[in-house]
Amino acid sequence: MTDITQSAELAPGGGRTIERVRLLLRSRSGLVGLILIVILGVLSLLSAFSLLPYDPIAQDPPSRLQPPSAEHWFGTDQFGRDVFARVAAGVANSALISIVAVAFATVVGTLAGIIAGFYRGVSDGVISGVTNVLFAFPPLLLALSLASVFDRNWFTIAVAIAIVYVPIFIRVTRGPVLSLREIEYVKAATSTGQSRAMVMFRHVLPNITSIIIVQVTLSLSWAVLTEASLSFLGLGTPPPAPSLGSMIFEARTLIGIAPWTMFAPGVVVVLLVVGLNLLGDGLRDALDPRNRGKK
Amino acid sequence: MLRRVLAALATLLGVAVFVFIMLRAIPGNQITAGLGTEAAALTPAQKQALEAYYGLDQPLIVQFFSWLGNIFTGNLGFSARAQQSVLELTAQSLPVTLELAVFSIVLALVMGIPLGMLSASKPDSPRDAFGQLVGLAGLSIPAFLLATTLLAWLAASLGFNPNGKGFAYFFEDPWLNLQQMLLPSIVLGFGIAAPIMRTTRTAVLEIRSNDFIRTARAKGVPARRLQVEHVLGNALVPIVTMTGLQFGYLLGGAVVVEQIFSLPGIGRQVLLGIQQKEYALVQSTVLVIALAFVIVNLLTDVLYRMIDPRVRAA
Repeated sequence: MTDITQSAELAPGGGRTIERVRLLLRSRSGLVGLILIVILGVLSLLSAFSLLPYDPIAQDPPSRLQPPSAEHWFGTDQFGRDVFARVAAGVANSALISIVAVAFATVVGTLAGIIAGFYRGVSDGVISGVTNVLFAFPPLLLALSLASVFDRNWFTIAVAIAIVYVPIFIRVTRGPVLSLREIEYVKAATSTGQSRAMVMFRHVLPNITSIIIVQVTLSLSWAVLTEASLSFLGLGTPPPAPSLGSMIFEARTLIGIAPWTMFAPGVVVVLLVVGLNLLGDGLRDALDPRNRGKK
Repeated sequence: MLRRVLAALATLLGVAVFVFIMLRAIPGNQITAGLGTEAAALTPAQKQALEAYYGLDQPLIVQFFSWLGNIFTGNLGFSARAQQSVLELTAQSLPVTLELAVFSIVLALVMGIPLGMLSASKPDSPRDAFGQLVGLAGLSIPAFLLATTLLAWLAASLGFNPNGKGFAYFFEDPWLNLQQMLLPSIVLGFGIAAPIMRTTRTAVLEIRSNDFIRTARAKGVPARRLQVEHVLGNALVPIVTMTGLQFGYLLGGAVVVEQIFSLPGIGRQVLLGIQQKEYALVQSTVLVIALAFVIVNLLTDVLYRMIDPRVRAA
């Protein structure tokens, strides 16, 4: 996992943003990841604002199962729906759910992690206990069971995925905070009479942002995979809303006659996850204090 | 060690509370689950009698402990659809998942460790790039995608589809059983090889930079022995931890692959329970999986202590 370097290298964040972006763009994986994510991001925005020529759920029986052509870039499916539009909408759906889920997990997990690490005592006991309990479930299984509890729509799916990833954020923030609270300037800030909440937000939080940023990127890739798996199992956003997982599920029986219905969503989901993984790796290198100042 | 066991027990109690709360959070109860829409037609007296029968009129805390007591005595509930107790169902499905998990882990280790060592042998070289690329593919290709394409492709081109036949337990028909386990193990093994490869690479690189390796080399330890005994021996510690974690995940996380290859494992048991709204089945099975996971973690801890040269020497 990402580790933090202690003492002097832990100067409060900010001010180095440009250098970090430069480092990110210099690393091959970071650059490739960024490009992939930007392309897919634009695609999902185009879809979200209905700027693509075809409606992802409009059926057109006469033109069903057509191979890729100039008109239908990725062909059409068994109902004559444009696969390109559906893939774009699937990416948008997946992005929406994953971003909401990871945002929730980040806020709740980071806050809980900082509180546990900074205050120790009872709050640490309770928070760490809850973390251990949630870690005792395989992630996909937990998401499945939670998704079965709620009425399914994109928001409840996002909440189910979020609950699965909260403990990861608790774990990656609590450790560094534990060591940060023993560092001189944090102690100094506390001793000058600044309130604990103030110290947490002004001195502790900025020091763990790089850890959180890397974790956010990697968690997004897991969230995309979890959402796709859930919808493949029929426990994602209900149809006809397009989702990459359910598209692949439906394409199973068509693979012999219309392989593009499988390849298009398959390749796109892999590119999405590859992009996020590469971006995460690139960010980790760029934000690692040990790599600072490297040419 | 005792502390670890106590912590594991506390976690299990927490798991039980969490599962119980989840059970309560589901709209409806055993009565509506059993009777469906007809539950609305019950008279207040009938409803009260049923509630008393299921113990739903008791305070939550009483309900929790009677549920927990039942579990301790092996009463995990009854599946109306399968007409079998959850304990019996689990006794059939858990070995299937365990078999799958063992095969997948073995394949993952066979792929992941050599690949990680290959990558680490010359960082930033073409062979490192190759190893990293395979690792990235393992992390990024969803199991369900790999499984569906592999299944469709092999069935179409070679006519190989052992999973199309009914499932054969190992003791009934070992040959068919092994064939049926082959593809799912490859799919899961490929996915798990990725984190194992990455862990191996990082660990080997880190250990190689240590002074004791330089000393050993200076003393003239042969390269092969240096690699195996000194480097890999020490790298095993994080690899074992990662393997244990992944093995634990496999116990319930193989649900998608079990579903695609029609393996009647424990993950599929949960999924069927969800689809058929048999919540007692779901909750008890989830509890069993969490229990297995905690036990695996505990065993990993013990194993880790056994192989870590530093802990062993102490």
